[in-house]
Amino acid sequence: MSDFPPRPTAAQAEELTRRQRGRNVALIVVLAAVALLFFAITLVKLGHFG
Amino acid sequence: MGSTIATAGGEQSPLRLSAASSATSSGGADWRDWVKLLKPRVVSLVVFTGWIGLFLAPGHLNPVLAFTAILCIAVAAGAAGALNMWYERDLDAAMQRTRRRPIPAGRIEPGAALAFGVTLSVASVIVMWLATNACAATILALSIGFYVFVYTIWLKRRTPQNIVIGGAAGAFPPLIGWAAVTGSVDVLPLLLFGIVFFWTPPHFWSLALYACRDYGRAGVPMLPVVAGARETRRQIFGYALVLALVAVLPWALGYTGAVYGVSAGLLSFGFVVLSWRVLRDRQDESGTSLTGDAPARLNFRYSLAYLAAIFVAVAADHLLVR
Repeated sequence: MSDFPPRPTAAQAEELTRRQRGRNVALIVVLAAVALLFFAITLVKLGHFG
Repeated sequence: MGSTIATAGGEQSPLRLSAASSATSSGGADWRDWVKLLKPRVVSLVVFTGWIGLFLAPGHLNPVLAFTAILCIAVAAGAAGALNMWYERDLDAAMQRTRRRPIPAGRIEPGAALAFGVTLSVASVIVMWLATNACAATILALSIGFYVFVYTIWLKRRTPQNIVIGGAAGAFPPLIGWAAVTGSVDVLPLLLFGIVFFWTPPHFWSLALYACRDYGRAGVPMLPVVAGARETRRQIFGYALVLALVAVLPWALGYTGAVYGVSAGLLSFGFVVLSWRVLRDRQDESGTSLTGDAPARLNFRYSLAYLAAIFVAVAADHLLVR
């Protein structure tokens, strides 16, 4: 068994997990903001055309 | 810049080994890397000029839709920036100023950057169309296409005039902002387009004069690389003169009041004087500056303040005089 690609050390794995968590939180925030924006646009458009 | 990788430029990172060995993964990227891919500093300027276009336009746009329009302009500019970084990753890797960007540093995979840019481009145009109108969405799509296809892919590596024609890409936001409100295009936003268009060459070439070696090493035919520093200084001064004329046109044609006219006149006079000092910079026979390009550095900084001040002036004039 060759060790390629090299296995991450505990510190590397921890850093990777931290980064992935950061990206996931950022993505949740962006998706929630987009959903809120679409809701607001819909309300405005319905009011405009209503 | 709070991450280990970003501060160390990839050199000292504990993830260096794993990122290099799994090149098909973007697992080493921090969320800040994705933000960097959007060129936030360029986006801030685009948002500002787009907002001015929206502010000056006659008529009313619901604040939610106005916010959405500005957001779409910002996202589209960022997406175009991401596509630019995807296409120019080889140039970025060769240049000191850009080699630490997320793609050349190996933190984001090129394919992921491409998908990111395309998705945001399409989404921004669709949302702009849904929230405002087809005219604004069309100009937005045109601006992305112009920046990516005309400037980045076609012109940048082929001609020293790349920045002249490519500068149009950055001039679209006032038009888009105006169109978001009115659904059409008028003379005043076209004049604002012209101001940004003629401002871009002297602004960028002032930077290129002292960042010239970097472009030369990367093989980009920027004017100082191809035609030399002396010719670049002449062109900077020439464009500053044209810009001064274009900048006062909104007042001369009666689209703005004296507040803008006086401001634009004084600001442009300052730009012409500084560009003249660039032209008259002490230089050797080959055109190399003997002052460390001090006048060009000052002109570059002034040009940033100039554009911001011109747009503030036109907004202030609209608010005070009209």
